[in-house]
Amino acid sequence: MRRRANPILPRDLQRGRMRFVLVLIFAGYAALTARAAYLQGWQTDFLNRQGDKRIQRIVEIQAHRGMITDRRGEPLAISTPVESIWANPREVETAPAQIRALAASLDLEVGPLARALGDKTKSFIYLKRQLPPEQAVAALALGIKGVYGLPEYRRYYPAGEVMGQVLGMTGVDDKGLEGLEYAYQSWLAGGSGAKRVVRDNRNNIIDELELVRPPRPGRDLTLSLDLQLQYVAYRELAAAVMANRARAGALVALDARSGEVLALANFPSYNPNNRAGVNRDLCRNRVVTDVFEPGSTMKPFLVTAALEAGVVKPQSQIDTGPGWFMVGDKRIADVHPKGVLSVAEAIKVSSNVAAAKIALEMKSEDYWHALNQIGFGTPPASGFPGEAGGRLRPYASWRPIEKATMAYGHGLSVSLLQLARAYGAFANGGVLPKLTVVKRTEAVGGTRVMSAASAQNLLAMLESVTQPGGTAPQARIVGYRVAGKTGTAHKLVGGNYAADKYIASFVGLAPVSDPRLVVAVMIDEPGGKDYYGGLVAAPVFSRVMAAALRFMALPPDAPLVDLPAAPGEVVGEAI
Amino acid sequence: MLKLNLLLAVLLSVCALAVVTARHQARNLFVELQTMEKQGRDLDVQWGRLQLEQSTWAMHARIEQIAHSQLQMVVPEVKQVHVLKDPEATP
Repeated sequence: MRRRANPILPRDLQRGRMRFVLVLIFAGYAALTARAAYLQGWQTDFLNRQGDKRIQRIVEIQAHRGMITDRRGEPLAISTPVESIWANPREVETAPAQIRALAASLDLEVGPLARALGDKTKSFIYLKRQLPPEQAVAALALGIKGVYGLPEYRRYYPAGEVMGQVLGMTGVDDKGLEGLEYAYQSWLAGGSGAKRVVRDNRNNIIDELELVRPPRPGRDLTLSLDLQLQYVAYRELAAAVMANRARAGALVALDARSGEVLALANFPSYNPNNRAGVNRDLCRNRVVTDVFEPGSTMKPFLVTAALEAGVVKPQSQIDTGPGWFMVGDKRIADVHPKGVLSVAEAIKVSSNVAAAKIALEMKSEDYWHALNQIGFGTPPASGFPGEAGGRLRPYASWRPIEKATMAYGHGLSVSLLQLARAYGAFANGGVLPKLTVVKRTEAVGGTRVMSAASAQNLLAMLESVTQPGGTAPQARIVGYRVAGKTGTAHKLVGGNYAADKYIASFVGLAPVSDPRLVVAVMIDEPGGKDYYGGLVAAPVFSRVMAAALRFMALPPDAPLVDLPAAPGEVVGEAI
Repeated sequence: MLKLNLLLAVLLSVCALAVVTARHQARNLFVELQTMEKQGRDLDVQWGRLQLEQSTWAMHARIEQIAHSQLQMVVPEVKQVHVLKDPEATP
């Protein structure tokens, strides 16, 4: 290595310096090589992991929630993909014009949106959830940095308010909150999947590495309900509630043989697609969760218990005397004195005095046992959430007056669904059906709660209720024999019976020659001049039952002739 | 020794090229997968919309109203109804 000698420095010094610098440079290289070898050789795994952490993400794949359909496959609840728009304010840097465009495309106010995007402490905010896909695409097409789309599902309910409380609803995160959506959450929901992806610094997925867990789509649910019948039920119930200026109404239709719930309507209802103004009160499925004192619709169960216990026979005579009598210091009365009545006639004209007298003849234990067996006091296990069991006090604490009032449906409470199911036993030859809201493909045996002979006797008595001289001629249907029982009860308000507030009900079954269907109707606080179950609830029953018989194509069992006009004055039942 | 080295060098470059090709293919396929998935999502959206549209058109209230007002359909009167017995049905 020959260099031109520096004239200023002595030759020895120059050489020494050169060596020194050379050594320094080589030492530097050696250090770098050693460090590289250390990182590559000993630290590789750790560094690889750290690197992956910065670019790889596990992304959740949302599972499709199962569809709910009616028994014919009509969709009742469908999940369709929508898109939510979110932003990372730390990445957002926009001109006011762009914010205005974004606000316009998302239907948001400019001010709050600008403030939200200006909050640089957050790195994730939802701008708008569950947008229709085309609107989301339009918003994302503005190309604003830091604004992203997130695919989600939204639930739509084509039947709207007709199915309101039955189906309930899901929340914004696709979890069932009410009704069957809640009850069958795990069946419908499925499981979300996950995949590992590589993302660039703008959060775009540029590579998928592996499927960590495939999404498990939710299963479809086929209900036992019939949308056609449900629609008729809702329409008729709504019309009756409005015509009678009532507070609310409820209706349930059962297939007594299979135990399937065919229709279940509540009014007022709400539209689950548009939840403005929906509150807890409106969400309640009254048929299932609300209990009331049923009134005279309980009398058939007293008579059943008495027949089974051998206390009376259908033709036994009961003297109702002047139409009232005293139990202790309480007076039990009928609207009109009826003289001597057979058990069958007592049901037909709904005599409280006769019912109370039969009840007092019975052993409390037998009576309690009969009521308990037929499902009162325990939830009916239909599959709806929040089932009420009603109130049936233990017989040891019964006083005579309670036993007497219970005979005509006071001092105990039931839900409409319990009542309908119990009538199902009369329709089903004495076998209490097992309820379900899911379509059944094979028969499921119920429990026998009375002899077939008792069921037959009761059926005959209940049929007389709808005939001239009974309390519910308006329940009749052209071409079919119909049986049923009216109920009119003073409403309990704060522990006392309100003098001017009633609950009118009717529970009936058809066709009598081979009973198949049970329909129960309850009208809460009819505010018009009529409040008897036979006038307020029975016509609803008649129309809904007629539709149900037609939809199920059950053959008529009575001559197809116009019904004789209903008598001007309906036999007023005792309340 | 030199021959072996040469052979290995050739093999190495072949492998390297194969890796490049495989990588390229993977990327192409990934793009295709993304397109397909997007297509699937779009079809899903469309299916949901069509289902909703169908059920909106088939709403019972609407059908009833059309049957009444446009088609003048009525529930038959009692005397217009005849019940036919199925001769093959066993009673």
